Amino acid sequence: MAASLDPAQGLIPGEPGRPLRAARLGLTGFFWRHRWAKALLLLAPPLLAFVLVYVASLAALFVSSFWTIDPFTSVMKHVWNLDNYRTLWQASAYRSVALRTIGIAAAVTAADAILAFPLGYFMARVAGRRSRAFVFVAVLLPLWSSYLVRVYIWRLILDEHGVLNWTLGKVGLPALHIGYSNWAVWLIFTYVWLPFMILPVYGALERIPESYVEASRDLGAGAWTTFRRVVLPLALPGVVAGSIFTFSLTLGDYVTPLLAGGASSQFIGNVVYDSITTQQTPFAAAFAAVPLAVMGVYLLLARRLGAFEAL
Amino acid sequence: MTRTRIALGIWSALVVAFLWIPLVLICVYAFNKSNVQSWPIPAFSTHWFHAAWTAEIRSSLWLSVRVGLIATGIALVLGSAAAFGVHRFRFFGRESISFLFVLPIALPGIVTGIALNSAFVTGSVTLSLWTIVVGHATFCVVVVYNNVLARLRRTSPSLIEASQDLGADGFQTFRFVVWPVLSTALVAGGLLAFALSFDEVIVTTFTAGSQNTIPLLILGYIRLGQELPVVNVIAFAMILLTSIPVLLAQRLMRDTGVLRRGTAEVTEAVETAQITAY
Repeated sequence: MAASLDPAQGLIPGEPGRPLRAARLGLTGFFWRHRWAKALLLLAPPLLAFVLVYVASLAALFVSSFWTIDPFTSVMKHVWNLDNYRTLWQASAYRSVALRTIGIAAAVTAADAILAFPLGYFMARVAGRRSRAFVFVAVLLPLWSSYLVRVYIWRLILDEHGVLNWTLGKVGLPALHIGYSNWAVWLIFTYVWLPFMILPVYGALERIPESYVEASRDLGAGAWTTFRRVVLPLALPGVVAGSIFTFSLTLGDYVTPLLAGGASSQFIGNVVYDSITTQQTPFAAAFAAVPLAVMGVYLLLARRLGAFEAL
Repeated sequence: MTRTRIALGIWSALVVAFLWIPLVLICVYAFNKSNVQSWPIPAFSTHWFHAAWTAEIRSSLWLSVRVGLIATGIALVLGSAAAFGVHRFRFFGRESISFLFVLPIALPGIVTGIALNSAFVTGSVTLSLWTIVVGHATFCVVVVYNNVLARLRRTSPSLIEASQDLGADGFQTFRFVVWPVLSTALVAGGLLAFALSFDEVIVTTFTAGSQNTIPLLILGYIRLGQELPVVNVIAFAMILLTSIPVLLAQRLMRDTGVLRRGTAEVTEAVETAQITAY
C-alpha cells in the first residue's frame, strides 16, 4: 500500500508504463472481471471470524442447555434432556426472578418513554438550531460515558447520607430509604438507558414533515387533535424502537442489581452469573435463554408496529 | 401554544439536568478530602489523585489501553471490509449480515460472555489479554461497520465511477476518492469502538481470567466497599476520557466534505449512537 500512495505516480491516471502501475492495473482488471473474488476477499475474513468464534460459541452454549452436570463429579453429561428448563418452570424462586426482571424492564421502559417524549418533541419541533445541537450533545455524552461509573454515582446519591436525602432535608421533606432496593434498581436503569430512548424518539419526530402538521391545522384540527392523530402515530415507531433498547438492556443486565439492589433484587443475569461461577453452565445457558425468548417475542411485536422502519 | 412550548422547554431542561447532575457530582466527589462518601463533602483535596496512581491501577490501565487498541484495530479492519462488501455487492443473505454483526450488542452481554467463556474453557484456551480482545472485538466490529456503511450509503456512487472512467486503477480510486470521504467515518468509528471497549464490564468479566481491566478493578473495589476515594478519582478520569473520543467523533462526523449537509449529520449521529439499530 505504501508505495501506491506516491502522489506523483497516482495523479497521472491512465498512464501505464511503470511496473507497479502496470501491476495495479492488472489487479484492478482482475477484480473487475471476477467480481466474486473481490466480494470474497472483503466478506470472507469478517464473516468467517464471526461465525467461527461468535456464532459457534452461541450455538454450543444453546446445545449445552440441554445437557446436565453430574452433581458428584461436576463433569458435563452429554445426555439430551429438558431438566434445566423443567427446573426453571417449576421452581417458584426462578419464576419470581424472571417475573421481577421482566416487570422492572417494563417499568424502566415506561419511565424512559415518559421522560424522553417531551424532550424529543422539544428537540425536533421547538428548539432552534443552536439549542438543539446543545441538547443533542448533552444527551449523547452521558450515553457514551462509563456505565459502571454512572451506576456507582447513584449508590452515593441514594445513600442514607447522600445527596438525595440531604436535598430532601433542606426542603423540609422526610428522608427516603430507597438505597439497595428494587426502587433503586428501577431508578438507576431508567437513568442509565434514558439516552437510548431519547435518540430514536427524536429521530422519529424529526422525520415528520412540517407540511403534515400544517395540513392537519388547515383542515381544522386543533393542536391537541393534530398531536393525537398525526404526530403521535408517526412517532410511535420511534418510541417502540427506543423501548427495544431500554427493555433488552435491562433484561440482560446484572451489574446494577448487584451493586445497587437489595436482598430481593436478583435479576436473571445474577442467577446466570452465580450459576457460571459454580460451574453450572447448562443451567446458566437455559436461564439465559429466557431473556432471549422474551426479546424474540418483543421484536416480532415491534416489527408489527413498524419500529424497524423508524431506525 | 407558547405555554406548551415553555412547558416543553422546562421539561427538557429538567431531563437534561437529570442526566447531568450525577456526572457533575462524580467530579465533585473526586476532590472529596474525607474517605467517607457522605454529602456534603467536608473539604476539597487533590490527595486521592496521588493515591490513585498505584502499581495495580497502572497495570489495569495499561491492560485496558492495550485491549482497547487491539480490539479497535481488529474492528476497523473487519468492520470496514464487511461494510465495503455489503455496500458493493448484491448476494443471497446480504440482509442477514447486518443482523449477524449486531447480535453481540443486541443480545444481553451476559449471553455473549458466558458463550465465549464456555467455548474458551471447552477448548482449553487460557484466559489472557487475547481472550479479552476477542470478546471486545465481537461488539466493536458493529460500530465501525455501521459508521462506514452509513457513510458509503451517503456517498454518491458516481464519484467512484467517474474516477474509474478517468482511468484510475483500484488503488488510486481508493486513495484519492474513497479515502477522503471515508477517513473521518473510520476515525469516528474507531474512537467510539475504543470508548466502548474501554468501558466494558460484562463480557470482560467472563473473558479476563485473573487479570483486571480498569472497569473490572473498580467493580471489585465498589463491591467490597474498598478504596472508594480512589474509585471516585478513576470514575472522574473515566468520564473525562470517554467524553473526549465521543466529542471528537461527533466533530468528525459533522465535517464530511463532499457529503450533503444538513439532516444527514443528525441522522448519522443518531445511527452511530444507536449501534443496535436493527
